[in-house]
Formats: sequence, structure tokens, C-alpha cells
Amino acid sequence: MRVANRLVPLLLVVAALMYIRAPFMIQAAPLESVMGVVQKIFYFHVPSAMMTFLAAFVCGIASATYLWNRSKFADHVAVSAAELAVVFGLIVLVTGPLWARKAWGVWWQWDVRLTMTLVMWMIFVAYLLLRRFGGAGSEILAAAVGVFGTALVPFVYISVNYWRTIHPNTNVLKSLPAEMADPFRWAIFAFLLFFTALLLVRIRLESSRAVLEEAYAALED
Amino acid sequence: MSTLRSAWLIARKDLLVEARSRELAYTTLFFAVACVLVFSFAFVTEGKAVEGAAAGILWVALAFSGTLALGRAFERERQSETLRALLLAPAERAAVYLGKLAGLLVLMAAVEIVVVPVVGLLFAAPIGRAPWLLAALLGAGTLGFAGVGTLFAAMLVRAHSRDVLLPVLLYPITVPVIIAGVRGTGAIFAAEPNFEAAVAWLSMLIFFDAVFVTLALWTFAPVMEE
Amino acid sequence: MSGRALCDFDEVEVVAVSRHFGRRRALAKTTLTFRAGQVTGLFGPNGAGKTTLLGMLSTLVRPTSGEVRYGGATARALGDPLRGRIGVLGHDLFLYGDLSARENLEFFGRLYGVERLEERVAQALASARLDDRAHDRVASFSRGLRQRLALERALIHDPRLVLLDEPFTGLDDESAGLLGERLRSLREAGAIVLMATHDFESADGLIDRMIALRAGKVREIAPEAGSLRDRYRRAMAEEWA
Repeated sequence: MRVANRLVPLLLVVAALMYIRAPFMIQAAPLESVMGVVQKIFYFHVPSAMMTFLAAFVCGIASATYLWNRSKFADHVAVSAAELAVVFGLIVLVTGPLWARKAWGVWWQWDVRLTMTLVMWMIFVAYLLLRRFGGAGSEILAAAVGVFGTALVPFVYISVNYWRTIHPNTNVLKSLPAEMADPFRWAIFAFLLFFTALLLVRIRLESSRAVLEEAYAALED
Repeated sequence: MSTLRSAWLIARKDLLVEARSRELAYTTLFFAVACVLVFSFAFVTEGKAVEGAAAGILWVALAFSGTLALGRAFERERQSETLRALLLAPAERAAVYLGKLAGLLVLMAAVEIVVVPVVGLLFAAPIGRAPWLLAALLGAGTLGFAGVGTLFAAMLVRAHSRDVLLPVLLYPITVPVIIAGVRGTGAIFAAEPNFEAAVAWLSMLIFFDAVFVTLALWTFAPVMEE
Repeated sequence: MSGRALCDFDEVEVVAVSRHFGRRRALAKTTLTFRAGQVTGLFGPNGAGKTTLLGMLSTLVRPTSGEVRYGGATARALGDPLRGRIGVLGHDLFLYGDLSARENLEFFGRLYGVERLEERVAQALASARLDDRAHDRVASFSRGLRQRLALERALIHDPRLVLLDEPFTGLDDESAGLLGERLRSLREAGAIVLMATHDFESADGLIDRMIALRAGKVREIAPEAGSLRDRYRRAMAEEWA
């Protein structure tokens, strides 16, 4: 973990540089034929969605580990990942309707992936509510929620997908031309670096909090 | 003492307690019917229900009343801390989960036997069109909902704010169950019924049940240890 | 009547065990050994950690650090059958109010796989002197009656390790005397008995060992002259390391 923590400033600097360059790349990318400039929100929207699901996945694995061996580190990773799932999920849920409104005139039309993100987002908000309001010992309970939430991903996808077959599918970007693919990959990579940096920082914060609590407890000796 | 036998003992005890007071049965049933009524005022205009409302109202009423029943069932175990006593027994901890789940399924089945005809009556819904398919959908859906709900309700017994946290946790996780249940039932009730679709939704429910009941069995023991 | 079962043990060790609830320390690092044929009394103010210690010995509560060993093996190693050798009388009694006394005993007896259940239940009802109220709902019992029944429920499977949380609460003189006799016979049979209590008078003469707890810290009180209450007060008046 020490090594990883040393990397954080480097990750942040590189991510920042990438974010600074990104607008230029996005500007240079061609306009999408149907939606025009509005489509460019996709360079932020999609990587955020990827990060949301990555965070959910990390939380699930960490929660399962915590259930198995009560490793404090696993617990720290789980709660950090859950918070990031909520944060990035929020970005998706805000940029999605913004895009939809401009492109299709409606804020929300039950698009498969947005709905799925909403459900997953709510599960991780519930995870955080449980940790906040469940009282002492709620870490282990939250771990069960984390595992269930992650296991749910395929089911949410299947059910929401089939649920939507009656309504028109608004999936537009099946294949990307090269001029769009480059800034897209750039954006994904930038988000990934940023995500990793945030995760490491949050884990460190959580570990420090735990050390502080142990110190408080030891003080009573 | 095998796990199944212990689970059976626990379920039998629950049914015995319930038979004495019938508190859960009456209140859950009444609540479910009240739900149906309240929703119908929202979805019935000019004496006619909105298309597809019946299926939706049925499943939402069952979800709400199911959550209530779960909360009450475990609140009972909280008095005199009898849940602890069950966890202290030499049976595999999963037996406690299975026993409580079985008891709850019987209760929900009793509620459904009444609520489904009520919905059929109020919404002129064709509940007799494919009774076995409908029963299978209800059974699989209830198992999925109660399967996850029993785990959550049990683990929240010792938590603060347990009354509000149970629905907060349960509803997002059972979204696929609700979707599948409503869609499958809707496919049966529709003016032009689509039985293949209903069967497809049923298979998804069965798959959900298999995965999540297994997951619950695995996580029950570690989660119940303080 | 404690026969030796398959995973019976002669001692229970608490090895460097501590328990935290977030910032609150319920039990400081503690090492203790309890032997067969011993009745240990746990004394201390409310919130001192007695219930937490009993909880960890019963396998319901996991220690934050350290481990509990039953005859050298941990609960994880011994698995589910270990719980069949442990009997717990909790603070909240563990009885179903809607069931009768007999039904409660039968249910738990079956769950623990007790042999010759009919006989055993009859014996338990007789010991608790509840024969005439065997078919009444437990919710209609007074605290004292419930306490007597709860003790029988805890002992119906002849456990090796007996954990009692405030067993004298609500008991009248006669019942307290009977409980005392019960504890003596448990000791004779080689059971390991731990009892958390505030009742010094009743416990006097019953316990072999005295352990005091305060704010999560544990201290053994050496056998000396004087009543239990005096010895306890003396220990509490001192500063603890």
C-alpha cells in the first residue's frame, strides 16, 4: 500500500494533464451526424459509467473478502469503492439526462443503461446509508449488501433490457470511427487514472481513521 | 441433526406461533388489500383501469406487504432475543435462514391466495387464464423477494433504524424480481396474451432465485456473527 | 449428568481477546482460563463488559483480536457441534412468549437433539416447579417463573460450558436456593460454569473464582477473607493497571 500511496501524486498529475488536453482532443473530434455537438458529452458520460461499474465490482470483491476473513483492509476498500460508485454514478445520472434532453427532448426515457445505473446507484447509496445509520457492527451487514449488489449487475441488465424491448432503443453509437475512438480512449484512460488516485486516497483516509480509533481505544488502557 | 430437519423445526415453530395469534396473517393480508385499493384510486379513471395496471398493482402490493411481514416476523424474534437462541443451536446457521424463509413463504402464499382474486375482481383481470403459469410466477417471485428479504431482515435485527433500512436495502436489490413479475403477469393478463414471454420471465425469476438463495445461504453465517 | 460427548473439553481459554465497537472498547486485551468443575463469578458495574465476555465465549460474538479456545481448538475448527456443548442463559431469557412452557422446552430440546425428550422435559418442568403451568403461555408468567424456565431451557441438553447472565434476577428465596443446588451439581459433574451477577449474597459459597470487570478491564480477585461483597468493594476501590 505504501508504494501505491506514493503513486497517488503521480497519478493525479498525469490525470490532470490528460484532462487538460482532453477538451482539445474532443474539440478536434468530428461532430456526430445526428446529434451534433451535444454528443460530445459522451466522452465524459461513458467513462464515468465504466468507472461506476468498476467501483461496484471492486466493492463486491472487497465485501466478499471481508465476509470471509474480516480483513480490515478489505472493509476499507469496500467502503471507498462504494463511495466512488455513488460519485461516478451521480455524474452518469446527471450527464445522461442532460444529453437526452438536448438530443431527444426528454430528460429521462428509461434508457436501458441509465436505468440500470440508477438501480445500481441506489444500491450503493443504500450501502452507505446502512453504514451511516445502522449503528455499530454495520460493516459486516454492508458487506452482504455489497456482495448482493454486485451479483445483481447481470440480472439488472437482463431485466431492464427485456423490459425495454417495447420502447424504442436509443442506442446510437455502435461503432466508433477512428477520429472519435482516440479521444474516447484518452478520456477512459484519464478517468481510470483519476479513479485509481481517488480510490487510493480514500482507502488511505479510511485506514488513518481506523488507526485513530485504535489509538483512542488504546488511550483508555 | 441435519440442516433440513432443523430448518423444518424452526419453520414449524413459526407456524405454530402464528397459528396461535394469527397477527401476522391478518395484518399482512389487510395491508395488501389496502394497498391494492389505494393504488387503484391512482390508476383507475372513469371506471376503467389503465392498461397493464393490474399486474403492477399486484406485485407492488405484495412487495410492500412482504416487507412489512418480514419486519414483523423478525421483530418477534427480537423480543427475548430468541434469534440469538436459534443461532446458538448446534444446527448449521443456514438452517435458521431456511426455517424462517419457509415460514415466510407460507405466510405470503396465504396472502396471495386472497389478493390475487381481489385484483382479478377489481380490475377484471383474467387470473384463470393460465393459473399454473401465474402461480409459478408468483411462487418464483415471492421466493426471490423473500429469499433476499429474510437475509436482510435477519441481519438488521441488531442494527439501528432497522425499520426504514429494510425497505431501503430490499427494494433496489429486488428490482429485477419486480420487473420480471410484473412483465410476466402482464403478458398473461394482456388483451392478447403472450405466454412465451411469460415463460421467459419465469425462467429469469428461477435463475434469480437459484443465484440469490445460494448467495444468501453462503453469507448468512458470517453476517450473523457479531 | 454431563456425559462426555465427542467434542467435549476440559478447559476454555480466552487468549489475548479484546472487543471494540468502533471507538468504544467493550473488553480490553484479556487472557483467562476456565477449567472443568469450576464455577466462576463475573462481577462488575453495568456496561463493564460481562455480557460481551459471555457473548464471545458463547461463539455469538467474534473477538476483535485474539481467540477463544475450547480444549485447545477454536470455534471455527470445531464447527457447529461445539454449540451443542454450550448452554446460555441470556439476559433476555430466550423464550417464546406465545408458546407454552412445555412447547418451549420441547422445541429447544428437539433443536439440540436431546434424547428421550419426553422424560427430559418432564424432569426440567419438575426442577423449575412448573408442572402445573406447563401448558400456559410463557408471556403470562412472572419474571421469576420465566427465569426458572429459562434456566431449564439453557440446561436441557446437558451442556459442558454453562454461561449465565444474571441468573438470580427475579428469583425468590426458595428458587435462589434451588439454583444454587443446581450449580453445585453442575460443578460436580465437571461442567465449566461462568456466571455474571450482581447478587453477592446468593453467589457467596457457590463460586470458586471471582473475576471483576470495570470499563472493559478484567481483574481476578484472589480468594481472601471476607464476604464476596467486601472483597469486590475492596478491589473496586483500588486503581487498576
